[in-house]
Amino acid sequence: MKAVITVTGKDTVGIIAMVSQECARYGVNIVDISQSVMREYFAMIMLVEIEGLSVAFADFAKALAEQGQGRGLDIRVMHEDIFNSMHRI
Amino acid sequence: MLNTNDILETIHMIREENLDIRTVTMGISLFDCVSDDPKRLEQKIYDKITGTAKNLVPVAEELEARYGIPIINKRISLTPISLVGGALSPEGYVRIAEVLERAAGNLGVNFIGGFSALVQKGMTVGARNLITAIPEALATTAHICSSVNVASTKAGINMDAVAEMGEVMKRAAFLTRENDSIGCAKLVVFANMPEDNPFMAGAVHGIGEPDCVINVGVSGPGVVASAIRREGACDFSRLADTIKKTAFKITRVGQLIAAAAAEKLGAPYGIVDLSLAPTPAVGDSVAYILEGMGLEKCGTHGTTAALAMLNDAVKKGGVMASSHVGGLSGAFIPVSEDAGMIAAAECGALSIEKLEAMTAVCSVGLDMIAVPGDTPASTLSAIIADEIAIGVINNKTTAVRLIPVYGKGVGENVEFGGLLGHAPVMKLSEYSSADFIARGGRIPAPIHSLRN
Repeated sequence: MKAVITVTGKDTVGIIAMVSQECARYGVNIVDISQSVMREYFAMIMLVEIEGLSVAFADFAKALAEQGQGRGLDIRVMHEDIFNSMHRI
Repeated sequence: MLNTNDILETIHMIREENLDIRTVTMGISLFDCVSDDPKRLEQKIYDKITGTAKNLVPVAEELEARYGIPIINKRISLTPISLVGGALSPEGYVRIAEVLERAAGNLGVNFIGGFSALVQKGMTVGARNLITAIPEALATTAHICSSVNVASTKAGINMDAVAEMGEVMKRAAFLTRENDSIGCAKLVVFANMPEDNPFMAGAVHGIGEPDCVINVGVSGPGVVASAIRREGACDFSRLADTIKKTAFKITRVGQLIAAAAAEKLGAPYGIVDLSLAPTPAVGDSVAYILEGMGLEKCGTHGTTAALAMLNDAVKKGGVMASSHVGGLSGAFIPVSEDAGMIAAAECGALSIEKLEAMTAVCSVGLDMIAVPGDTPASTLSAIIADEIAIGVINNKTTAVRLIPVYGKGVGENVEFGGLLGHAPVMKLSEYSSADFIARGGRIPAPIHSLRN
Protein backbone atom coordinates (compact mmCIF):
# COMPACT_ATOMS: atom_id res chain seq x y z
CA MET A 1 0.00 0.00 0.00
CA LYS A 2 1.49 3.31 -1.04
CA ALA A 3 0.93 6.95 -0.22
CA VAL A 4 2.09 10.17 -1.83
CA ILE A 5 3.73 12.89 0.24
CA THR A 6 3.70 16.31 -1.38
CA VAL A 7 5.67 19.24 -0.04
CA THR A 8 5.22 22.71 -1.49
CA GLY A 9 6.45 26.08 -0.32
CA LYS A 10 9.53 28.27 -0.15
CA ASP A 11 12.82 26.44 -0.61
CA THR A 12 15.02 26.16 2.47
CA VAL A 13 17.91 23.92 3.59
CA GLY A 14 16.99 20.49 4.92
CA ILE A 15 13.44 19.92 3.67
CA ILE A 16 14.09 16.45 2.30
CA ALA A 17 16.17 15.57 5.35
CA MET A 18 13.31 16.54 7.64
CA VAL A 19 10.65 14.60 5.68
CA SER A 20 12.92 11.55 5.36
CA GLN A 21 13.62 11.62 9.08
CA GLU A 22 9.89 11.66 9.87
CA CYS A 23 9.33 8.76 7.46
CA ALA A 24 12.05 6.72 9.15
CA ARG A 25 10.64 7.51 12.59
CA TYR A 26 7.21 6.15 11.68
CA GLY A 27 8.42 3.10 9.73
CA VAL A 28 7.61 4.51 6.29
CA ASN A 29 9.82 3.37 3.38
CA ILE A 30 10.61 5.85 0.61
CA VAL A 31 10.14 4.33 -2.87
CA ASP A 32 10.68 7.31 -5.15
CA ILE A 33 11.35 11.03 -4.91
CA SER A 34 11.05 13.80 -7.46
CA GLN A 35 11.55 17.45 -6.75
CA SER A 36 11.78 20.72 -8.58
CA VAL A 37 12.56 24.28 -7.63
CA MET A 38 11.06 27.03 -9.76
CA ARG A 39 12.38 30.43 -8.74
CA GLU A 40 12.20 30.05 -4.97
CA TYR A 41 9.20 27.73 -5.02
CA PHE A 42 9.89 24.20 -3.92
CA ALA A 43 7.76 21.20 -4.90
CA MET A 44 8.63 17.68 -3.85
CA ILE A 45 6.67 14.51 -4.44
CA MET A 46 7.61 11.38 -2.56
CA LEU A 47 6.08 7.95 -3.11
CA VAL A 48 6.23 5.91 0.08
CA GLU A 49 5.37 2.42 1.23
CA ILE A 50 3.10 2.56 4.29
CA GLU A 51 2.72 -1.12 5.12
CA GLY A 52 5.07 -0.71 8.10
CA LEU A 53 3.53 2.51 9.38
CA SER A 54 3.79 2.45 13.18
CA VAL A 55 0.91 4.88 13.86
CA ALA A 56 -2.52 5.54 12.31
CA PHE A 57 -2.42 7.08 8.83
CA ALA A 58 -4.15 10.23 10.08
CA ASP A 59 -1.57 10.70 12.85
CA PHE A 60 1.33 10.37 10.41
CA ALA A 61 -0.28 12.90 8.06
CA LYS A 62 -0.86 15.27 10.97
CA ALA A 63 2.71 14.94 12.25
CA LEU A 64 4.14 15.85 8.84
CA ALA A 65 1.67 18.70 8.31
CA GLU A 66 2.71 20.16 11.66
CA GLN A 67 6.41 19.84 10.84
CA GLY A 68 5.69 21.69 7.61
CA GLN A 69 3.74 24.47 9.26
CA GLY A 70 6.73 25.41 11.38
CA ARG A 71 8.75 26.02 8.18
CA GLY A 72 6.03 27.60 6.08
CA LEU A 73 5.56 24.45 3.99
CA ASP A 74 2.36 22.72 2.93
CA ILE A 75 2.91 19.00 3.49
CA ARG A 76 0.18 16.52 2.59
CA VAL A 77 0.08 12.76 2.82
CA MET A 78 -2.57 11.14 0.66
CA HIS A 79 -3.27 7.54 -0.27
CA GLU A 80 -2.13 6.94 -3.87
CA ASP A 81 -5.59 5.73 -4.87
CA ILE A 82 -6.99 9.25 -5.04
CA PHE A 83 -4.50 10.10 -7.79
CA ASN A 84 -4.96 6.78 -9.56
CA SER A 85 -8.74 7.20 -9.54
CA MET A 86 -8.67 10.73 -10.80
CA HIS A 87 -6.07 10.45 -13.53
CA ARG A 88 -6.21 6.86 -14.78
CA ILE A 89 -9.08 5.11 -16.48
CA MET B 1 5.32 6.37 -10.71
CA LEU B 2 2.40 8.73 -10.84
CA ASN B 3 2.78 11.75 -13.06
CA THR B 4 3.98 14.81 -11.12
CA ASN B 5 1.63 17.18 -12.91
CA ASP B 6 -1.36 14.96 -12.15
CA ILE B 7 -0.48 14.92 -8.47
CA LEU B 8 -0.04 18.68 -8.32
CA GLU B 9 -3.29 19.16 -10.24
CA THR B 10 -5.21 17.17 -7.63
CA ILE B 11 -3.56 19.07 -4.78
CA HIS B 12 -4.36 22.36 -6.49
CA MET B 13 -8.03 21.38 -6.93
CA ILE B 14 -8.35 20.62 -3.22
CA ARG B 15 -6.32 23.53 -1.90
CA GLU B 16 -7.20 26.38 -4.26
CA GLU B 17 -10.41 25.38 -6.01
CA ASN B 18 -12.48 24.02 -3.09
CA LEU B 19 -12.76 20.46 -4.38
CA ASP B 20 -14.45 18.39 -1.73
CA ILE B 21 -16.87 15.55 -1.17
CA ARG B 22 -20.04 17.39 -0.26
CA THR B 23 -21.71 14.55 1.53
CA VAL B 24 -21.52 10.91 2.50
CA THR B 25 -25.13 10.00 3.20
CA MET B 26 -26.22 6.75 4.79
CA GLY B 27 -29.71 5.65 3.81
CA ILE B 28 -31.49 3.63 6.50
CA SER B 29 -34.77 1.77 6.14
CA LEU B 30 -37.18 2.14 9.05
CA PHE B 31 -39.75 -0.41 7.88
CA ASP B 32 -38.70 -2.87 10.58
CA CYS B 33 -39.43 -0.22 13.26
CA VAL B 34 -43.18 -0.12 12.61
CA SER B 35 -45.25 -0.45 15.77
CA ASP B 36 -48.79 0.50 16.81
CA ASP B 37 -47.38 1.79 20.10
CA PRO B 38 -45.96 5.32 19.58
CA LYS B 39 -43.44 4.97 22.43
CA ARG B 40 -42.16 1.69 21.03
CA LEU B 41 -41.96 3.19 17.53
CA GLU B 42 -39.88 6.09 18.86
CA GLN B 43 -37.51 3.76 20.69
CA LYS B 44 -37.11 1.41 17.74
CA ILE B 45 -36.39 4.29 15.35
CA TYR B 46 -33.81 5.76 17.73
CA ASP B 47 -32.12 2.40 18.23
CA LYS B 48 -32.10 1.55 14.53
CA ILE B 49 -30.53 4.86 13.51
CA THR B 50 -27.95 5.08 16.28
CA GLY B 51 -27.04 1.41 15.84
CA THR B 52 -26.78 1.38 12.05
CA ALA B 53 -24.96 4.71 11.69
CA LYS B 54 -22.70 4.55 14.75
CA ASN B 55 -19.54 4.40 12.62
CA LEU B 56 -20.63 6.85 9.91
CA VAL B 57 -18.84 9.93 11.25
CA PRO B 58 -15.62 8.15 12.38
CA VAL B 59 -15.33 6.31 9.04
CA ALA B 60 -15.90 9.49 7.04
CA GLU B 61 -13.24 11.26 9.11
CA GLU B 62 -10.83 8.39 8.58
CA LEU B 63 -11.35 8.55 4.80
CA GLU B 64 -10.89 12.30 4.86
CA ALA B 65 -7.44 11.83 6.41
CA ARG B 66 -6.49 8.87 4.24
CA TYR B 67 -7.26 10.49 0.89
CA GLY B 68 -6.57 14.08 1.92
CA ILE B 69 -9.92 15.37 0.70
CA PRO B 70 -12.48 17.14 2.90
CA ILE B 71 -15.83 15.40 3.40
CA ILE B 72 -18.03 18.33 4.36
CA ASN B 73 -21.21 16.60 5.51
CA LYS B 74 -22.07 13.28 7.07
CA ARG B 75 -25.79 12.72 6.77
CA ILE B 76 -28.54 10.19 7.16
CA SER B 77 -31.61 9.69 4.97
CA LEU B 78 -34.58 7.71 6.23
CA THR B 79 -37.63 5.92 4.90
CA PRO B 80 -40.27 8.69 4.60
CA ILE B 81 -41.53 8.92 8.18
CA SER B 82 -45.19 9.05 7.11
CA LEU B 83 -44.81 5.48 5.81
CA VAL B 84 -43.75 4.11 9.19
CA GLY B 85 -45.73 6.41 11.47
CA GLY B 86 -49.11 5.90 9.80
CA ALA B 87 -51.22 5.93 12.95
CA LEU B 88 -49.53 8.88 14.65
CA SER B 89 -51.21 12.16 15.48
CA PRO B 90 -49.50 15.42 14.43
CA GLU B 91 -48.13 15.67 18.00
CA GLY B 92 -46.80 12.11 17.65
CA TYR B 93 -44.94 13.12 14.50
CA VAL B 94 -43.39 16.12 16.25
CA ARG B 95 -42.14 13.74 18.94
CA ILE B 96 -40.57 11.55 16.23
CA ALA B 97 -38.77 14.64 14.90
CA GLU B 98 -37.42 15.25 18.41
CA VAL B 99 -36.26 11.63 18.59
CA LEU B 100 -34.45 12.09 15.26
CA GLU B 101 -32.84 15.28 16.59
CA ARG B 102 -31.52 13.35 19.59
CA ALA B 103 -30.15 10.65 17.27
CA ALA B 104 -28.45 13.30 15.11
CA GLY B 105 -26.83 14.82 18.20
CA ASN B 106 -25.70 11.45 19.49
CA LEU B 107 -24.08 10.50 16.15
CA GLY B 108 -22.64 13.93 15.31
CA VAL B 109 -24.20 13.94 11.83
CA ASN B 110 -24.96 17.24 10.09
CA PHE B 111 -28.50 16.44 8.98
CA ILE B 112 -31.12 13.71 9.02
CA GLY B 113 -33.54 13.78 6.09
CA GLY B 114 -36.78 11.88 5.69
CA PHE B 115 -39.39 13.72 7.73
CA SER B 116 -41.33 13.27 4.55
CA ALA B 117 -44.56 12.29 2.85
CA LEU B 118 -45.42 11.09 -0.66
CA VAL B 119 -48.76 12.57 -1.67
CA GLN B 120 -48.56 12.90 -5.46
CA LYS B 121 -51.95 11.28 -5.94
CA GLY B 122 -53.62 11.77 -2.58
CA MET B 123 -53.05 11.93 1.14
CA THR B 124 -53.35 9.15 3.67
CA VAL B 125 -54.25 10.13 7.22
CA GLY B 126 -50.63 9.51 8.18
CA ALA B 127 -49.32 11.78 5.42
CA ARG B 128 -51.80 14.51 6.36
CA ASN B 129 -50.80 14.38 10.02
CA LEU B 130 -47.12 14.49 9.14
CA ILE B 131 -47.61 17.52 6.89
CA THR B 132 -49.57 19.23 9.68
CA ALA B 133 -46.63 18.56 12.00
CA ILE B 134 -43.93 19.91 9.65
CA PRO B 135 -43.83 23.57 10.85
CA GLU B 136 -43.50 22.64 14.50
CA ALA B 137 -41.09 19.79 13.78
CA LEU B 138 -38.82 22.20 11.90
CA ALA B 139 -39.10 24.85 14.60
CA THR B 140 -38.24 22.51 17.48
CA THR B 141 -35.30 20.78 15.78
CA ALA B 142 -32.11 22.01 14.09
CA HIS B 143 -30.86 19.01 12.12
CA ILE B 144 -34.03 17.48 10.70
CA CYS B 145 -35.03 18.01 7.07
CA SER B 146 -38.47 17.59 5.63
CA SER B 147 -39.73 16.98 2.11
CA VAL B 148 -43.07 16.36 0.45
CA ASN B 149 -43.56 14.89 -3.02
CA VAL B 150 -46.67 16.56 -4.43
CA ALA B 151 -46.52 15.39 -8.03
CA SER B 152 -45.08 12.90 -10.48
CA THR B 153 -45.13 12.51 -14.23
CA LYS B 154 -47.20 9.35 -13.84
CA ALA B 155 -49.67 10.68 -11.25
CA GLY B 156 -49.99 14.34 -12.20
CA ILE B 157 -50.06 17.17 -9.65
CA ASN B 158 -51.94 16.97 -6.36
CA MET B 159 -53.14 20.58 -6.21
CA ASP B 160 -54.70 20.11 -2.76
CA ALA B 161 -51.23 19.25 -1.48
CA VAL B 162 -49.72 22.19 -3.40
CA ALA B 163 -52.24 24.51 -1.73
CA GLU B 164 -51.46 23.07 1.68
CA MET B 165 -47.68 23.37 1.25
CA GLY B 166 -48.02 27.13 0.74
CA GLU B 167 -49.71 27.30 4.16
CA VAL B 168 -47.10 24.99 5.69
CA MET B 169 -44.28 27.24 4.45
CA LYS B 170 -45.98 30.32 5.92
CA ARG B 171 -46.43 28.61 9.26
CA ALA B 172 -42.83 27.30 9.35
CA ALA B 173 -41.61 30.81 8.51
CA PHE B 174 -43.69 32.27 11.35
CA LEU B 175 -42.58 29.73 13.94
CA THR B 176 -38.90 30.37 13.12
CA ARG B 177 -39.30 34.15 12.71
CA GLU B 178 -36.58 34.88 15.31
CA ASN B 179 -34.02 33.28 12.96
CA ASP B 180 -35.00 34.75 9.59
CA SER B 181 -37.58 31.97 9.08
CA ILE B 182 -34.83 29.35 8.78
CA GLY B 183 -37.35 26.51 9.24
CA CYS B 184 -38.23 26.90 5.55
CA ALA B 185 -34.60 26.22 4.55
CA LYS B 186 -35.11 22.66 5.82
CA LEU B 187 -38.28 22.04 3.79
CA VAL B 188 -38.52 21.12 0.12
CA VAL B 189 -41.51 20.38 -2.10
CA PHE B 190 -40.84 17.92 -4.93
CA ALA B 191 -42.10 16.63 -8.23
CA ASN B 192 -40.64 13.22 -9.19
CA MET B 193 -38.70 12.95 -5.93
CA PRO B 194 -35.62 10.71 -6.31
CA GLU B 195 -35.33 7.76 -3.92
CA ASP B 196 -31.56 7.87 -3.54
CA ASN B 197 -30.74 11.55 -3.24
CA PRO B 198 -27.89 12.23 -0.76
CA PHE B 199 -28.49 16.01 -0.69
CA MET B 200 -30.55 17.98 1.80
CA ALA B 201 -33.16 19.10 2.40
CA GLY B 202 -34.69 16.48 0.12
CA ALA B 203 -32.86 13.27 1.05
CA VAL B 204 -35.06 10.24 1.72
CA HIS B 205 -34.38 6.51 1.68
CA GLY B 206 -36.78 5.25 -0.97
CA ILE B 207 -39.06 2.26 -0.63
CA GLY B 208 -37.14 0.25 -3.23
CA GLU B 209 -33.83 0.65 -1.43
CA PRO B 210 -32.00 -1.99 0.65
CA ASP B 211 -31.90 -1.91 4.44
CA CYS B 212 -28.88 0.37 4.50
CA VAL B 213 -26.97 2.05 1.67
CA ILE B 214 -24.17 4.58 1.12
CA ASN B 215 -24.75 7.43 -1.34
CA VAL B 216 -22.19 10.12 -2.05
CA GLY B 217 -22.61 13.64 -3.39
CA VAL B 218 -19.61 15.32 -4.99
CA SER B 219 -19.02 18.99 -5.57
CA GLY B 220 -16.48 21.13 -7.40
CA PRO B 221 -17.88 24.24 -9.11
CA GLY B 222 -14.55 25.97 -8.42
CA VAL B 223 -12.65 23.29 -10.32
CA VAL B 224 -14.93 23.62 -13.36
CA ALA B 225 -14.74 27.43 -13.26
CA SER B 226 -10.93 27.32 -13.22
CA ALA B 227 -10.80 24.81 -16.09
CA ILE B 228 -13.03 27.07 -18.18
CA ARG B 229 -10.88 30.08 -17.34
CA ARG B 230 -7.75 28.24 -18.48
CA GLU B 231 -9.36 27.36 -21.84
CA GLY B 232 -9.85 31.05 -22.65
CA ALA B 233 -11.96 32.05 -25.67
CA CYS B 234 -12.53 28.59 -27.17
CA ASP B 235 -15.71 27.49 -28.96
CA PHE B 236 -18.55 25.52 -27.33
CA SER B 237 -17.43 22.09 -28.54
CA ARG B 238 -14.12 22.49 -26.78
CA LEU B 239 -15.78 24.09 -23.74
CA ALA B 240 -18.11 21.09 -23.37
CA ASP B 241 -15.14 18.71 -23.64
CA THR B 242 -13.26 20.61 -20.96
CA ILE B 243 -16.26 20.44 -18.61
CA LYS B 244 -16.70 16.71 -19.30
CA LYS B 245 -13.06 15.94 -18.50
CA THR B 246 -13.20 17.98 -15.31
CA ALA B 247 -16.48 16.39 -14.22
CA PHE B 248 -14.94 12.96 -14.83
CA LYS B 249 -12.07 13.69 -12.46
CA ILE B 250 -14.33 15.13 -9.78
CA THR B 251 -16.70 12.19 -9.96
CA ARG B 252 -13.91 9.62 -9.79
CA VAL B 253 -13.04 10.95 -6.36
CA GLY B 254 -16.70 10.54 -5.35
CA GLN B 255 -16.67 6.98 -6.64
CA LEU B 256 -13.51 6.21 -4.68
CA ILE B 257 -14.95 7.59 -1.44
CA ALA B 258 -18.33 5.90 -1.98
CA ALA B 259 -16.73 2.49 -2.55
CA ALA B 260 -14.34 2.89 0.40
CA ALA B 261 -17.07 4.15 2.77
CA ALA B 262 -19.43 1.34 1.76
CA GLU B 263 -16.77 -1.28 2.37
CA LYS B 264 -15.75 0.10 5.76
CA LEU B 265 -19.35 0.54 6.91
CA GLY B 266 -20.42 -2.87 5.67
CA ALA B 267 -23.26 -1.41 3.61
CA PRO B 268 -23.83 -1.62 -0.13
CA TYR B 269 -22.68 1.28 -2.26
CA GLY B 270 -25.75 2.94 -3.77
CA ILE B 271 -24.99 5.83 -6.08
CA VAL B 272 -22.78 8.81 -6.71
CA ASP B 273 -24.74 12.00 -7.28
CA LEU B 274 -23.03 13.90 -10.11
CA SER B 275 -23.62 17.28 -8.69
CA LEU B 276 -22.05 20.69 -8.94
CA ALA B 277 -23.05 21.93 -5.51
CA PRO B 278 -21.95 25.46 -4.70
CA THR B 279 -21.17 26.99 -1.31
CA PRO B 280 -21.18 30.66 -0.33
CA ALA B 281 -17.34 30.63 -0.44
CA VAL B 282 -15.94 32.82 -3.22
CA GLY B 283 -14.67 30.52 -5.96
CA ASP B 284 -17.18 27.76 -5.24
CA SER B 285 -20.00 29.14 -7.33
CA VAL B 286 -22.05 27.76 -10.24
CA ALA B 287 -22.94 31.34 -11.24
CA TYR B 288 -19.24 32.11 -11.74
CA ILE B 289 -18.98 29.14 -14.13
CA LEU B 290 -21.77 30.64 -16.25
CA GLU B 291 -20.13 34.06 -16.08
CA GLY B 292 -16.82 32.43 -17.03
CA MET B 293 -18.48 31.29 -20.27
CA GLY B 294 -18.92 34.93 -21.27
CA LEU B 295 -22.02 36.23 -19.52
CA GLU B 296 -21.53 39.58 -17.81
CA LYS B 297 -23.84 38.55 -14.97
CA CYS B 298 -25.65 35.32 -14.19
CA GLY B 299 -29.30 35.82 -15.09
CA THR B 300 -28.76 37.80 -18.27
CA HIS B 301 -29.91 36.49 -21.67
CA GLY B 302 -27.94 33.36 -22.55
CA THR B 303 -27.92 32.04 -18.97
CA THR B 304 -30.38 29.22 -19.67
CA ALA B 305 -28.33 28.01 -22.66
CA ALA B 306 -25.10 28.18 -20.68
CA LEU B 307 -26.63 26.22 -17.80
CA ALA B 308 -28.12 23.62 -20.16
CA MET B 309 -24.71 22.99 -21.70
CA LEU B 310 -22.99 22.87 -18.31
CA ASN B 311 -25.53 20.46 -16.86
CA ASP B 312 -25.36 18.10 -19.81
CA ALA B 313 -21.56 18.08 -19.94
CA VAL B 314 -21.31 17.42 -16.20
CA LYS B 315 -23.56 14.36 -16.60
CA LYS B 316 -21.69 13.06 -19.64
CA GLY B 317 -18.34 13.35 -17.89
CA GLY B 318 -19.60 11.97 -14.62
CA VAL B 319 -21.48 8.96 -15.94
CA MET B 320 -18.35 7.23 -17.14
CA ALA B 321 -16.53 7.95 -13.89
CA SER B 322 -18.99 6.12 -11.68
CA SER B 323 -20.47 2.65 -11.75
CA HIS B 324 -23.85 3.81 -10.41
CA VAL B 325 -25.24 7.29 -10.81
CA GLY B 326 -28.39 8.68 -9.26
CA GLY B 327 -29.84 11.27 -6.94
CA LEU B 328 -30.27 14.74 -8.36
CA SER B 329 -27.18 14.67 -10.62
CA GLY B 330 -26.61 18.04 -12.23
CA ALA B 331 -25.79 21.64 -11.43
CA PHE B 332 -27.50 23.13 -8.40
CA ILE B 333 -28.61 26.74 -8.39
CA PRO B 334 -29.48 27.58 -4.77
CA VAL B 335 -29.47 31.37 -4.60
CA SER B 336 -28.34 31.97 -1.00
CA GLU B 337 -25.68 29.26 -1.15
CA ASP B 338 -23.84 30.62 -4.17
CA ALA B 339 -21.75 33.81 -4.00
CA GLY B 340 -22.27 34.56 -7.71
CA MET B 341 -26.05 34.02 -7.53
CA ILE B 342 -26.27 36.29 -4.49
CA ALA B 343 -24.33 39.03 -6.29
CA ALA B 344 -26.49 38.64 -9.41
CA ALA B 345 -29.70 38.81 -7.37
CA GLU B 346 -28.47 41.86 -5.45
CA CYS B 347 -27.66 43.84 -8.59
CA GLY B 348 -30.98 42.91 -10.21
CA ALA B 349 -29.52 40.72 -12.98
CA LEU B 350 -31.19 37.59 -11.66
CA SER B 351 -34.97 37.45 -11.20
CA ILE B 352 -37.21 34.64 -10.00
CA GLU B 353 -38.66 34.37 -13.51
CA LYS B 354 -35.19 33.70 -14.95
CA LEU B 355 -34.46 31.22 -12.15
CA GLU B 356 -37.63 29.35 -13.09
CA ALA B 357 -36.50 29.11 -16.70
CA MET B 358 -33.07 27.88 -15.57
CA THR B 359 -34.65 25.08 -13.56
CA ALA B 360 -36.08 23.61 -16.76
CA VAL B 361 -32.56 22.62 -17.84
CA CYS B 362 -30.73 21.77 -14.62
CA SER B 363 -31.25 19.65 -11.55
CA VAL B 364 -33.53 20.56 -8.67
CA GLY B 365 -35.42 23.82 -8.96
CA LEU B 366 -36.22 27.08 -7.18
CA ASP B 367 -33.81 26.66 -4.32
CA MET B 368 -33.01 28.78 -1.28
CA ILE B 369 -34.81 31.87 -2.51
CA ALA B 370 -35.84 34.47 0.06
CA VAL B 371 -39.20 36.10 -0.74
CA PRO B 372 -41.20 38.76 1.13
CA GLY B 373 -42.69 37.65 4.45
CA ASP B 374 -46.11 39.04 3.57
CA THR B 375 -46.42 36.87 0.44
CA PRO B 376 -49.87 35.19 0.54
CA ALA B 377 -49.82 31.39 0.96
CA SER B 378 -51.70 31.10 -2.34
CA THR B 379 -48.86 32.88 -4.15
CA LEU B 380 -46.32 30.49 -2.62
CA SER B 381 -48.52 27.61 -3.76
CA ALA B 382 -48.73 29.07 -7.25
CA ILE B 383 -44.92 29.31 -7.43
CA ILE B 384 -44.76 25.67 -6.31
CA ALA B 385 -47.34 24.72 -8.96
CA ASP B 386 -45.36 26.43 -11.73
CA GLU B 387 -42.12 24.74 -10.78
CA ILE B 388 -43.69 21.34 -10.21
CA ALA B 389 -45.40 21.55 -13.62
CA ILE B 390 -41.98 21.97 -15.27
CA GLY B 391 -40.85 18.72 -13.64
CA VAL B 392 -44.01 16.78 -14.39
CA ILE B 393 -44.21 17.76 -18.06
CA ASN B 394 -40.48 17.29 -18.69
CA ASN B 395 -40.23 14.00 -16.81
CA LYS B 396 -37.58 15.30 -14.44
CA THR B 397 -37.16 16.12 -10.78
CA THR B 398 -37.97 19.66 -9.76
CA ALA B 399 -38.28 21.11 -6.30
CA VAL B 400 -39.09 24.29 -4.44
CA ARG B 401 -37.37 25.62 -1.33
CA LEU B 402 -38.60 29.15 -0.70
CA ILE B 403 -38.14 31.19 2.46
CA PRO B 404 -40.94 33.73 2.99
CA VAL B 405 -38.90 35.68 5.54
CA TYR B 406 -41.18 36.88 8.30
CA GLY B 407 -41.14 40.67 8.68
CA LYS B 408 -38.83 41.31 5.71
CA GLY B 409 -39.50 42.91 2.35
CA VAL B 410 -37.94 43.14 -1.12
CA GLY B 411 -34.24 44.07 -1.12
CA GLU B 412 -33.62 43.37 2.56
CA ASN B 413 -30.82 40.93 3.34
CA VAL B 414 -31.37 37.61 5.08
CA GLU B 415 -28.58 35.77 6.89
CA PHE B 416 -28.94 31.99 7.27
CA GLY B 417 -25.33 31.32 8.22
CA GLY B 418 -22.90 28.54 7.35
CA LEU B 419 -23.43 26.63 4.10
CA LEU B 420 -26.94 28.10 3.79
CA GLY B 421 -25.41 31.55 3.17
CA HIS B 422 -27.32 34.80 2.81
CA ALA B 423 -29.65 36.30 0.23
CA PRO B 424 -31.56 39.42 -0.72
CA VAL B 425 -35.37 39.11 -0.55
CA MET B 426 -36.51 38.80 -4.18
CA LYS B 427 -39.46 40.44 -5.84
CA LEU B 428 -42.53 38.40 -6.81
CA SER B 429 -45.52 39.25 -8.96
CA GLU B 430 -48.01 41.41 -7.07
CA TYR B 431 -51.02 39.88 -8.78
CA SER B 432 -53.10 37.23 -7.06
CA SER B 433 -53.25 33.50 -7.85
CA ALA B 434 -55.70 32.81 -5.01
CA ASP B 435 -58.69 31.72 -7.12
CA PHE B 436 -56.49 29.39 -9.17
CA ILE B 437 -55.09 27.66 -6.08
CA ALA B 438 -58.51 27.51 -4.39
CA ARG B 439 -59.79 25.15 -7.11
CA GLY B 440 -58.03 22.14 -5.56
CA GLY B 441 -58.18 18.63 -7.03
CA ARG B 442 -55.57 17.16 -9.33
CA ILE B 443 -53.91 18.28 -12.52
CA PRO B 444 -53.99 15.12 -14.66
CA ALA B 445 -50.82 13.28 -15.66
CA PRO B 446 -49.44 14.57 -18.95
CA ILE B 447 -49.50 12.75 -22.27
CA HIS B 448 -46.10 11.61 -23.45
CA SER B 449 -46.57 11.35 -27.14
CA LEU B 450 -47.34 14.24 -29.49
CA ARG B 451 -44.39 16.01 -27.87
CA ASN B 452 -44.10 19.69 -28.64
